[in-house]
Amino acid sequence: MSGNDHTHGDAQHSGHHTLDELSLGGDGHGHQDHGQASHSSFKGYMTGFVLALVLTAIPFYLVMGKVFDKPSTTAVVILALAAVQIVVHMIYFLHMNTQSEGGWTLLALLFTLVLVVITLSGSLWVMYHLNENMMPAMHDMRNMP
Amino acid sequence: MSDRTVAFPSGASLPQAAAPAAASAPRFYVTEAHHPENSTLLGFWLYLMSDCLLFACLFAAYGVLGRSYAAGPTGADLFELPLVAVNTSLLLLSSITYGFAMLEMQRRRVRAVLVWLAVTGLLGAGFIGLELNEFVHLIHEGAGPQRSAFLSSFFTLVGTHGLHVSFGIVWIAVLMLQVAHQGLIAENRRRLLCLSMFWHFLDVVWIGVFTFVYLMGVLK
Repeated sequence: MSGNDHTHGDAQHSGHHTLDELSLGGDGHGHQDHGQASHSSFKGYMTGFVLALVLTAIPFYLVMGKVFDKPSTTAVVILALAAVQIVVHMIYFLHMNTQSEGGWTLLALLFTLVLVVITLSGSLWVMYHLNENMMPAMHDMRNMP
Repeated sequence: MSDRTVAFPSGASLPQAAAPAAASAPRFYVTEAHHPENSTLLGFWLYLMSDCLLFACLFAAYGVLGRSYAAGPTGADLFELPLVAVNTSLLLLSSITYGFAMLEMQRRRVRAVLVWLAVTGLLGAGFIGLELNEFVHLIHEGAGPQRSAFLSSFFTLVGTHGLHVSFGIVWIAVLMLQVAHQGLIAENRRRLLCLSMFWHFLDVVWIGVFTFVYLMGVLK
Protein backbone atom coordinates (compact mmCIF):
# COMPACT_ATOMS: atom_id res chain seq x y z
CA MET A 1 0.00 0.00 0.00
CA SER A 2 2.83 2.31 0.89
CA GLY A 3 4.39 2.05 -2.57
CA ASN A 4 1.11 2.78 -4.23
CA ASP A 5 0.57 5.78 -2.05
CA HIS A 6 3.96 7.11 -2.91
CA THR A 7 3.58 7.15 -6.67
CA HIS A 8 0.11 8.49 -6.26
CA GLY A 9 1.35 11.27 -4.00
CA ASP A 10 4.06 12.27 -6.45
CA ALA A 11 1.57 12.44 -9.27
CA GLN A 12 -0.59 14.69 -7.16
CA HIS A 13 2.24 17.03 -6.42
CA SER A 14 3.04 17.64 -10.07
CA GLY A 15 -0.61 18.43 -10.60
CA HIS A 16 -2.52 21.44 -9.47
CA HIS A 17 -4.10 19.79 -6.47
CA THR A 18 -0.98 19.94 -4.31
CA LEU A 19 -2.53 19.57 -0.90
CA ASP A 20 -6.21 19.70 -1.64
CA GLU A 21 -6.70 16.11 -0.65
CA LEU A 22 -4.88 16.78 2.59
CA SER A 23 -6.84 19.70 3.90
CA LEU A 24 -9.38 18.22 6.24
CA GLY A 25 -11.69 21.16 6.32
CA GLY A 26 -11.28 21.81 2.63
CA ASP A 27 -11.51 25.52 3.09
CA GLY A 28 -11.32 25.95 -0.65
CA HIS A 29 -7.76 27.20 -0.82
CA GLY A 30 -5.35 24.42 0.00
CA HIS A 31 -2.77 26.98 1.08
CA GLN A 32 -1.32 24.96 3.93
CA ASP A 33 1.96 24.56 2.11
CA HIS A 34 2.48 28.29 1.91
CA GLY A 35 2.34 28.72 5.65
CA GLN A 36 -0.86 30.71 5.61
CA ALA A 37 -3.54 30.37 8.23
CA SER A 38 -5.72 27.45 7.32
CA HIS A 39 -8.85 25.77 8.62
CA SER A 40 -7.52 24.61 11.99
CA SER A 41 -6.11 27.27 14.24
CA PHE A 42 -5.04 27.41 17.86
CA LYS A 43 -7.93 29.77 18.56
CA GLY A 44 -10.43 27.37 17.00
CA TYR A 45 -9.21 24.42 19.02
CA MET A 46 -9.17 26.41 22.26
CA THR A 47 -12.68 27.77 21.63
CA GLY A 48 -13.92 24.24 21.09
CA PHE A 49 -12.07 22.96 24.13
CA VAL A 50 -13.44 25.62 26.48
CA LEU A 51 -16.99 25.16 25.15
CA ALA A 52 -16.68 21.37 25.49
CA LEU A 53 -15.33 21.73 29.02
CA VAL A 54 -18.25 23.92 30.09
CA LEU A 55 -20.79 21.68 28.34
CA THR A 56 -19.28 18.66 30.13
CA ALA A 57 -19.08 20.29 33.55
CA ILE A 58 -22.71 21.47 33.60
CA PRO A 59 -24.35 18.01 33.21
CA PHE A 60 -22.02 16.46 35.81
CA TYR A 61 -22.88 19.31 38.19
CA LEU A 62 -26.62 18.94 37.50
CA VAL A 63 -26.56 15.20 38.27
CA MET A 64 -24.03 15.10 41.11
CA GLY A 65 -25.41 18.20 42.82
CA LYS A 66 -29.02 17.01 42.37
CA VAL A 67 -30.02 20.47 41.17
CA PHE A 68 -33.46 19.61 39.82
CA ASP A 69 -36.06 17.79 41.89
CA LYS A 70 -37.48 15.85 38.98
CA PRO A 71 -35.07 13.37 37.35
CA SER A 72 -36.92 13.73 34.04
CA THR A 73 -36.04 17.45 33.94
CA THR A 74 -32.38 16.62 34.52
CA ALA A 75 -32.50 13.94 31.82
CA VAL A 76 -33.93 16.33 29.22
CA VAL A 77 -31.44 19.08 30.08
CA ILE A 78 -28.35 16.85 29.99
CA LEU A 79 -29.47 15.25 26.71
CA ALA A 80 -29.86 18.72 25.21
CA LEU A 81 -26.41 19.73 26.49
CA ALA A 82 -24.92 16.54 25.01
CA ALA A 83 -26.46 17.39 21.64
CA VAL A 84 -24.95 20.89 21.77
CA GLN A 85 -21.57 19.48 22.76
CA ILE A 86 -21.62 17.03 19.85
CA VAL A 87 -22.22 19.95 17.48
CA VAL A 88 -19.34 21.87 19.11
CA HIS A 89 -17.01 18.89 18.61
CA MET A 90 -18.15 18.51 15.01
CA ILE A 91 -17.42 22.15 14.20
CA TYR A 92 -14.25 22.87 16.18
CA PHE A 93 -12.51 19.47 16.30
CA LEU A 94 -13.78 17.64 13.23
CA HIS A 95 -13.95 20.87 11.16
CA MET A 96 -17.32 20.07 9.65
CA ASN A 97 -18.63 22.60 7.19
CA THR A 98 -20.76 22.68 4.10
CA GLN A 99 -17.82 22.93 1.69
CA SER A 100 -15.54 20.06 2.68
CA GLU A 101 -15.27 17.41 -0.04
CA GLY A 102 -17.86 19.27 -2.06
CA GLY A 103 -20.44 18.87 0.68
CA TRP A 104 -20.30 15.08 0.66
CA THR A 105 -19.11 14.75 4.26
CA LEU A 106 -22.05 16.80 5.48
CA LEU A 107 -24.46 14.81 3.32
CA ALA A 108 -23.06 11.53 4.68
CA LEU A 109 -23.35 12.90 8.21
CA LEU A 110 -26.96 13.97 7.73
CA PHE A 111 -27.87 10.60 6.23
CA THR A 112 -26.20 8.85 9.17
CA LEU A 113 -28.04 11.08 11.62
CA VAL A 114 -31.36 10.11 10.03
CA LEU A 115 -30.49 6.43 10.41
CA VAL A 116 -29.33 6.95 13.99
CA VAL A 117 -32.53 8.74 14.94
CA ILE A 118 -34.65 6.00 13.32
CA THR A 119 -32.63 3.28 15.06
CA LEU A 120 -32.75 4.89 18.50
CA SER A 121 -36.27 6.25 18.58
CA GLY A 122 -37.69 3.23 16.76
CA SER A 123 -36.09 0.74 19.13
CA LEU A 124 -37.10 2.63 22.24
CA TRP A 125 -40.64 3.25 21.00
CA VAL A 126 -41.32 -0.31 19.88
CA MET A 127 -39.73 -1.98 22.88
CA TYR A 128 -41.46 0.34 25.33
CA HIS A 129 -44.87 -0.59 23.93
CA LEU A 130 -43.88 -4.24 23.81
CA ASN A 131 -42.99 -4.15 27.49
CA GLU A 132 -46.23 -2.35 28.33
CA ASN A 133 -48.35 -4.88 26.48
CA MET A 134 -46.51 -7.85 27.94
CA MET A 135 -47.33 -6.77 31.48
CA PRO A 136 -49.64 -9.44 32.94
CA ALA A 137 -51.66 -6.77 34.76
CA MET A 138 -52.62 -5.12 31.49
CA HIS A 139 -54.90 -7.95 30.46
CA ASP A 140 -57.46 -10.04 32.16
CA MET A 141 -55.63 -13.33 32.22
CA ARG A 142 -58.83 -15.36 32.71
CA ASN A 143 -59.88 -14.54 29.16
CA MET A 144 -56.66 -15.84 27.76
CA PRO A 145 -56.76 -19.22 26.03
CA MET B 1 -16.54 28.81 -24.66
CA SER B 2 -13.02 29.27 -26.07
CA ASP B 3 -11.50 28.98 -22.61
CA ARG B 4 -12.65 25.38 -22.42
CA THR B 5 -9.99 24.39 -24.92
CA VAL B 6 -7.14 25.44 -22.62
CA ALA B 7 -5.51 22.27 -21.37
CA PHE B 8 -4.89 22.02 -17.64
CA PRO B 9 -2.67 19.48 -15.94
CA SER B 10 -5.60 17.58 -14.49
CA GLY B 11 -7.83 18.10 -17.49
CA ALA B 12 -10.21 20.22 -15.43
CA SER B 13 -12.06 22.89 -17.34
CA LEU B 14 -11.20 26.47 -16.61
CA PRO B 15 -13.66 28.47 -14.53
CA GLN B 16 -15.21 31.44 -16.28
CA ALA B 17 -13.68 33.98 -13.93
CA ALA B 18 -10.14 32.87 -14.74
CA ALA B 19 -10.44 33.46 -18.49
CA PRO B 20 -8.33 36.66 -18.70
CA ALA B 21 -5.49 35.22 -16.67
CA ALA B 22 -5.34 32.09 -18.78
CA ALA B 23 -3.95 34.00 -21.71
CA SER B 24 -0.83 35.11 -19.82
CA ALA B 25 0.01 32.34 -17.39
CA PRO B 26 -1.58 29.05 -16.42
CA ARG B 27 -3.18 28.99 -12.98
CA PHE B 28 -2.42 25.92 -10.98
CA TYR B 29 -5.43 25.97 -8.74
CA VAL B 30 -9.16 25.93 -9.26
CA THR B 31 -11.43 28.46 -7.68
CA GLU B 32 -14.58 26.38 -7.92
CA ALA B 33 -15.69 23.91 -5.26
CA HIS B 34 -13.52 20.83 -4.89
CA HIS B 35 -14.82 17.59 -6.20
CA PRO B 36 -14.24 14.60 -3.99
CA GLU B 37 -12.15 12.42 -6.28
CA ASN B 38 -9.13 10.59 -4.89
CA SER B 39 -10.24 11.44 -1.45
CA THR B 40 -8.98 9.18 1.29
CA LEU B 41 -10.44 11.57 3.82
CA LEU B 42 -13.96 11.26 2.42
CA GLY B 43 -13.62 7.48 2.44
CA PHE B 44 -12.42 7.55 6.01
CA TRP B 45 -15.29 9.82 6.95
CA LEU B 46 -17.71 7.28 5.45
CA TYR B 47 -16.06 4.57 7.57
CA LEU B 48 -16.59 6.73 10.65
CA MET B 49 -20.25 7.15 9.71
CA SER B 50 -20.64 3.37 9.49
CA ASP B 51 -18.93 3.11 12.86
CA CYS B 52 -21.45 5.67 14.09
CA LEU B 53 -24.26 3.31 13.02
CA LEU B 54 -22.61 0.48 14.93
CA PHE B 55 -22.57 2.61 18.06
CA ALA B 56 -26.17 3.68 17.42
CA CYS B 57 -27.21 0.02 17.52
CA LEU B 58 -25.34 -0.50 20.79
CA PHE B 59 -26.90 2.65 22.23
CA ALA B 60 -30.33 1.41 21.15
CA ALA B 61 -29.66 -1.95 22.83
CA TYR B 62 -28.62 -0.17 26.01
CA GLY B 63 -31.65 2.11 25.79
CA VAL B 64 -33.94 -0.91 25.60
CA LEU B 65 -32.18 -3.09 28.19
CA GLY B 66 -30.64 -0.42 30.42
CA ARG B 67 -33.35 -0.72 33.07
CA SER B 68 -33.59 -4.52 33.10
CA TYR B 69 -31.67 -5.12 36.29
CA ALA B 70 -32.87 -8.72 36.93
CA ALA B 71 -33.08 -7.83 40.65
CA GLY B 72 -29.38 -7.04 40.48
CA PRO B 73 -27.42 -3.84 41.04
CA THR B 74 -28.57 -0.67 39.26
CA GLY B 75 -26.54 2.09 37.68
CA ALA B 76 -27.06 4.21 40.78
CA ASP B 77 -25.47 1.44 42.88
CA LEU B 78 -22.51 0.85 40.60
CA PHE B 79 -21.41 4.01 38.81
CA GLU B 80 -18.87 6.28 40.47
CA LEU B 81 -19.41 9.64 38.83
CA PRO B 82 -16.15 11.28 40.04
CA LEU B 83 -14.25 8.50 38.25
CA VAL B 84 -16.33 9.04 35.11
CA ALA B 85 -15.64 12.79 35.34
CA VAL B 86 -11.88 12.11 35.47
CA ASN B 87 -12.18 9.73 32.51
CA THR B 88 -14.17 12.30 30.54
CA SER B 89 -11.59 15.01 31.19
CA LEU B 90 -8.76 12.68 30.14
CA LEU B 91 -10.46 12.03 26.81
CA LEU B 92 -11.32 15.68 26.28
CA LEU B 93 -7.74 16.70 27.07
CA SER B 94 -6.46 14.09 24.63
CA SER B 95 -8.67 15.65 21.95
CA ILE B 96 -7.12 19.08 22.41
CA THR B 97 -3.57 17.67 22.56
CA TYR B 98 -4.21 15.88 19.27
CA GLY B 99 -5.39 19.22 17.94
CA PHE B 100 -2.04 20.72 19.00
CA ALA B 101 -0.28 17.91 17.15
CA MET B 102 -2.23 18.87 14.02
CA LEU B 103 -1.25 22.53 14.43
CA GLU B 104 2.41 21.55 14.76
CA MET B 105 2.02 19.36 11.68
CA GLN B 106 0.91 22.43 9.74
CA ARG B 107 4.08 24.19 10.92
CA ARG B 108 6.12 21.12 9.88
CA ARG B 109 7.71 20.60 13.29
CA VAL B 110 8.42 16.89 13.54
CA ARG B 111 9.60 16.86 17.14
CA ALA B 112 6.62 18.84 18.46
CA VAL B 113 4.22 16.57 16.55
CA LEU B 114 5.81 13.53 18.16
CA VAL B 115 5.61 15.07 21.63
CA TRP B 116 1.92 15.95 21.29
CA LEU B 117 1.14 12.54 19.83
CA ALA B 118 2.89 10.93 22.79
CA VAL B 119 0.90 13.08 25.23
CA THR B 120 -2.32 12.15 23.42
CA GLY B 121 -1.42 8.46 23.56
CA LEU B 122 -0.63 8.66 27.27
CA LEU B 123 -3.92 10.40 28.03
CA GLY B 124 -5.72 7.72 26.02
CA ALA B 125 -3.82 5.02 27.92
CA GLY B 126 -4.85 6.66 31.19
CA PHE B 127 -8.46 6.58 30.04
CA ILE B 128 -8.22 2.87 29.15
CA GLY B 129 -6.45 2.13 32.45
CA LEU B 130 -9.22 3.75 34.50
CA GLU B 131 -11.89 2.02 32.44
CA LEU B 132 -10.30 -1.42 32.82
CA ASN B 133 -9.93 -0.71 36.54
CA GLU B 134 -13.66 0.03 36.71
CA PHE B 135 -14.53 -3.14 34.76
CA VAL B 136 -12.38 -5.33 37.03
CA HIS B 137 -13.93 -3.70 40.08
CA LEU B 138 -17.46 -4.37 38.75
CA ILE B 139 -16.71 -7.99 37.91
CA HIS B 140 -15.22 -8.57 41.36
CA GLU B 141 -18.38 -7.17 42.91
CA GLY B 142 -20.38 -9.79 41.02
CA ALA B 143 -21.66 -7.20 38.54
CA GLY B 144 -20.12 -8.77 35.46
CA PRO B 145 -21.70 -8.80 32.00
CA GLN B 146 -23.57 -12.03 32.76
CA ARG B 147 -25.40 -10.57 35.79
CA SER B 148 -28.25 -8.80 34.00
CA ALA B 149 -29.34 -7.46 30.63
CA PHE B 150 -28.44 -3.99 31.88
CA LEU B 151 -24.85 -5.03 32.60
CA SER B 152 -24.54 -7.03 29.36
CA SER B 153 -25.50 -4.01 27.28
CA PHE B 154 -23.38 -1.73 29.46
CA PHE B 155 -20.23 -3.81 29.02
CA THR B 156 -20.86 -4.21 25.28
CA LEU B 157 -21.34 -0.49 24.65
CA VAL B 158 -18.60 0.87 26.90
CA GLY B 159 -16.27 -2.01 26.02
CA THR B 160 -16.65 -1.39 22.28
CA HIS B 161 -15.78 2.26 22.80
CA GLY B 162 -12.77 1.26 24.91
CA LEU B 163 -11.66 -1.15 22.20
CA HIS B 164 -11.81 1.67 19.66
CA VAL B 165 -9.69 3.89 21.91
CA SER B 166 -7.19 1.03 22.38
CA PHE B 167 -6.82 0.63 18.63
CA GLY B 168 -6.47 4.40 18.36
CA ILE B 169 -3.54 4.23 20.78
CA VAL B 170 -1.90 1.48 18.69
CA TRP B 171 -2.44 3.66 15.63
CA ILE B 172 -0.83 6.64 17.39
CA ALA B 173 2.21 4.51 18.25
CA VAL B 174 2.53 3.29 14.65
CA LEU B 175 2.21 6.82 13.26
CA MET B 176 4.80 8.12 15.71
CA LEU B 177 7.26 5.55 14.32
CA GLN B 178 6.37 6.49 10.74
CA VAL B 179 6.69 10.22 11.38
CA ALA B 180 9.99 9.69 13.22
CA HIS B 181 11.40 7.65 10.32
CA GLN B 182 9.97 9.44 7.28
CA GLY B 183 9.19 12.89 8.57
CA LEU B 184 6.02 14.80 7.74
CA ILE B 185 5.69 13.64 4.15
CA ALA B 186 2.34 13.97 2.38
CA GLU B 187 1.39 10.35 3.13
CA ASN B 188 2.05 10.75 6.84
CA ARG B 189 0.13 13.99 6.95
CA ARG B 190 -2.84 12.26 5.35
CA ARG B 191 -2.58 9.46 7.91
CA LEU B 192 -2.40 11.96 10.75
CA LEU B 193 -5.56 13.64 9.43
CA CYS B 194 -7.39 10.29 9.33
CA LEU B 195 -6.32 9.47 12.86
CA SER B 196 -7.38 12.97 13.90
CA MET B 197 -10.91 12.30 12.66
CA PHE B 198 -10.91 8.88 14.34
CA TRP B 199 -9.75 10.27 17.67
CA HIS B 200 -12.18 13.21 17.74
CA PHE B 201 -14.98 10.88 16.65
CA LEU B 202 -14.31 8.65 19.66
CA ASP B 203 -14.61 11.69 21.89
CA VAL B 204 -17.97 12.46 20.28
CA VAL B 205 -19.16 8.91 21.02
CA TRP B 206 -17.97 9.29 24.60
CA ILE B 207 -20.25 12.33 25.01
CA GLY B 208 -23.15 9.96 24.32
CA VAL B 209 -21.75 7.35 26.69
CA PHE B 210 -21.24 9.56 29.70
CA THR B 211 -24.57 11.32 29.21
CA PHE B 212 -26.80 8.40 28.25
CA VAL B 213 -25.16 5.61 30.24
CA TYR B 214 -23.49 7.10 33.30
CA LEU B 215 -25.35 10.33 34.09
CA MET B 216 -28.81 9.08 33.14
CA GLY B 217 -27.99 5.70 34.71
CA VAL B 218 -27.72 7.18 38.19
CA LEU B 219 -30.96 9.15 37.82
CA LYS B 220 -33.95 7.41 39.33
